[in-house]
Amino acid sequence: MATTAPPEGFQGHAEDHAHHDHDHDHKPAFFARWFMSTNHKDIGTLYLIFAIFAGLIGGAFSGMMRLELAEPGIQYLDTFTRLFGATNPDFNATLNTWNVLITAHGLIMVFFMVMPAIIGGFGNWFVPLMIGAPDMAFPRMNNISFWLTVAGFCSLMTSAFVPGGYGLGSGVGWTVYAPLSTYGSAGPSTDFAIFSLHLAGAGSIMGAINFITTIFNMRAPGMTMHKMPLFVWSVLVTAFLLLLALPVLAAAITMLITDRNFGTTFFDPSGGGDPVLYQHLFWFFGHPEVYIMILPGFGIISQIISTFSKKPVFGYLGMAYAMVAIGVVGFIVWAHHMYTTGMSVDTKMYFTAATMVIAVPTGIKIFSWIATMWGGSIEFKSPMVWAIGFIFLFTVGGVTGVYLASGGIDDVVHDTYFVVAHFHYVLSMGAVTALFAGFYYWFPKMSGRMHSEFLAHVHFWIFFIGVNTIFFPQHFLGLQGMPRRYPDYAEAYAYWNEISSIGYAIMAVSIGVWFINIIYAYTMGKKAEGNYWGEGATTLEWTLSSPPPFHQYETLPVIDDKAHAH
Amino acid sequence: MSLVSAASISLDHRNRRTAAIFALFAALMLGLGFASVPLYRMFCQVTGFGGTTQRVSEAQAATVQATGKTITVRFDANVERGFPWRFRPEQVKDTVTIGARDMAIYTARNLSDKPITGMATFNVEPEYVGKYFDKVQCFCFTEQTLQPGQEVRMPVLYYVDPAILDDKEARDVESITLSYTFHPIAGDTANGLDRTGSGS
Repeated sequence: MATTAPPEGFQGHAEDHAHHDHDHDHKPAFFARWFMSTNHKDIGTLYLIFAIFAGLIGGAFSGMMRLELAEPGIQYLDTFTRLFGATNPDFNATLNTWNVLITAHGLIMVFFMVMPAIIGGFGNWFVPLMIGAPDMAFPRMNNISFWLTVAGFCSLMTSAFVPGGYGLGSGVGWTVYAPLSTYGSAGPSTDFAIFSLHLAGAGSIMGAINFITTIFNMRAPGMTMHKMPLFVWSVLVTAFLLLLALPVLAAAITMLITDRNFGTTFFDPSGGGDPVLYQHLFWFFGHPEVYIMILPGFGIISQIISTFSKKPVFGYLGMAYAMVAIGVVGFIVWAHHMYTTGMSVDTKMYFTAATMVIAVPTGIKIFSWIATMWGGSIEFKSPMVWAIGFIFLFTVGGVTGVYLASGGIDDVVHDTYFVVAHFHYVLSMGAVTALFAGFYYWFPKMSGRMHSEFLAHVHFWIFFIGVNTIFFPQHFLGLQGMPRRYPDYAEAYAYWNEISSIGYAIMAVSIGVWFINIIYAYTMGKKAEGNYWGEGATTLEWTLSSPPPFHQYETLPVIDDKAHAH
Repeated sequence: MSLVSAASISLDHRNRRTAAIFALFAALMLGLGFASVPLYRMFCQVTGFGGTTQRVSEAQAATVQATGKTITVRFDANVERGFPWRFRPEQVKDTVTIGARDMAIYTARNLSDKPITGMATFNVEPEYVGKYFDKVQCFCFTEQTLQPGQEVRMPVLYYVDPAILDDKEARDVESITLSYTFHPIAGDTANGLDRTGSGS
């Protein structure tokens, strides 16, 4: 994308003092600034810190699971159960702990790590900067969105320490299927887990309205929709998906709550309800949700590939409308998660075909990223390496996605580790790799300090090897028939499970390298210039100092038509 | 802010209008989420989705002509875990003429020492013949109350719609399974039924 930054005249602290009043860069005191924040950059920072914190907890849970799965038999679950505060747990309670771990891992990573980081964090930070807006449209609603997310996280954490069906914690899976989540899980734990989704969902719906309003109404003069950077397009499409999908989840889980507590039978056959309806409602939300997690990543990757190829993105309009197409089609494919609930052949054929159609716009994106690099003056700076890693990993996950889209194949591998491998390739590796790419791309812009490029490359390679070691063998396990969601397995699956657990340890080391890099940046890192990536970085955030002034664009930037090259 | 002008006031106004429009979208989707419950029920009743059988009146049933073809109907009976009734079909299968009315009898006995009210849910396999399986009378239309130790015989009056012979997916079906499951009526906890199966 191409909004050319003037080489001179960064809007920043020093020069602003010369011709503005002193008020504009006045930062509130600590408590008011961080706890009552209305500044999009501060809220973005809060979201990123929160997402890192939640991600560490969700990541620790997956570490506990990989430890238990490292060899056959049940070795550690009893210890984990005591860790959560149970005294003398019986065998059912220890098995319940396993379900609590998979539930918490899924919910945390989806609602409290990827979404806050990629939409709340990078979206808040860079959508206003990229469209030349002084802030989000509703700064105080932005603050509510963040704190609702935090409250939701607290509710979910609470659920792990109060009684569920068989022990402490809620073991209903991130899908919260009835009847397991209704009369299958007595105790307040599942209510806390469901309520956490209400809170996080309400926060995200408000955030979505905020983004849509900001992008529609607050673009700088000359920044037409078709000149917006692709990251802004990706957040706009994501906001629409949130707006249309999350209320359906809210309705479904509200009905779960009333089924649990107030004697309704929406999903209970004894009163004329149908548990399969819950699955339809959940996946009507759940499928767009997976695009909510990956689309902003697509946007980040587009910015990075363009920057480090020193070329505008190949096929800009195609890229933007491919995301729109993915968003639209994403709403009419939900039942491919439900092939084994009993469907007629015709229904399966429709959902198979519709799902496979999504590979077309996704293919357009992969093609255009590669075409952007083609003939470009490529620099392998750390964000670019992460971005290329993303393209590879996401494509692997996309290919297995096309397998699973087929109703016939899904009947065989449904709920096996093949599915686990597929969605971790697109999310744990796709979305998270995009997050790290965005982190290294923008961290100096946000902090004002340069990270170590060497450590960033080391981080990438260890992470890349680690996650592939975790998840590639899970394809084999799934094809051999190993089911998901069990803490134990037959001896035959021991070999690849051990390798998968070793992969986790490798990946964990890379997270250590990442933290060392952050510490390095804040202690020894060079001060970052306004546009530290040079000529390829053409979007508006690069016209500002690093970090940008507390209030930017008091004089709105004007987008010069002649400077456009897409 | 140094830029409070007519332009920014109108921006404020536009922002509020945009937000209101899209908040309405969210509210509509929330409403649609709840509306999906009756919509889904109607959808199942109309299309026979998920093996939902059809309910017909005597008058409608009288217009149906018997064909020369026969089909096997199998009868299946279940109770929800822990529900203290013995519930069985009197015959496991029957061969009926497509389009001709037939009656099946199920028996139920309350094994407990309390009166219990139950309601049966039902469907047929294969699921796509649900729209061709028409019931004129069924014990599943109403709640059934059994006194302690009482046994009752309960009829189902049904026929298989001849239209099944025109459906390319369903016409080769040789056997239909009609299945019932008795549940305690919602909110009836008097019999101490443990639905969690946790045994605790």
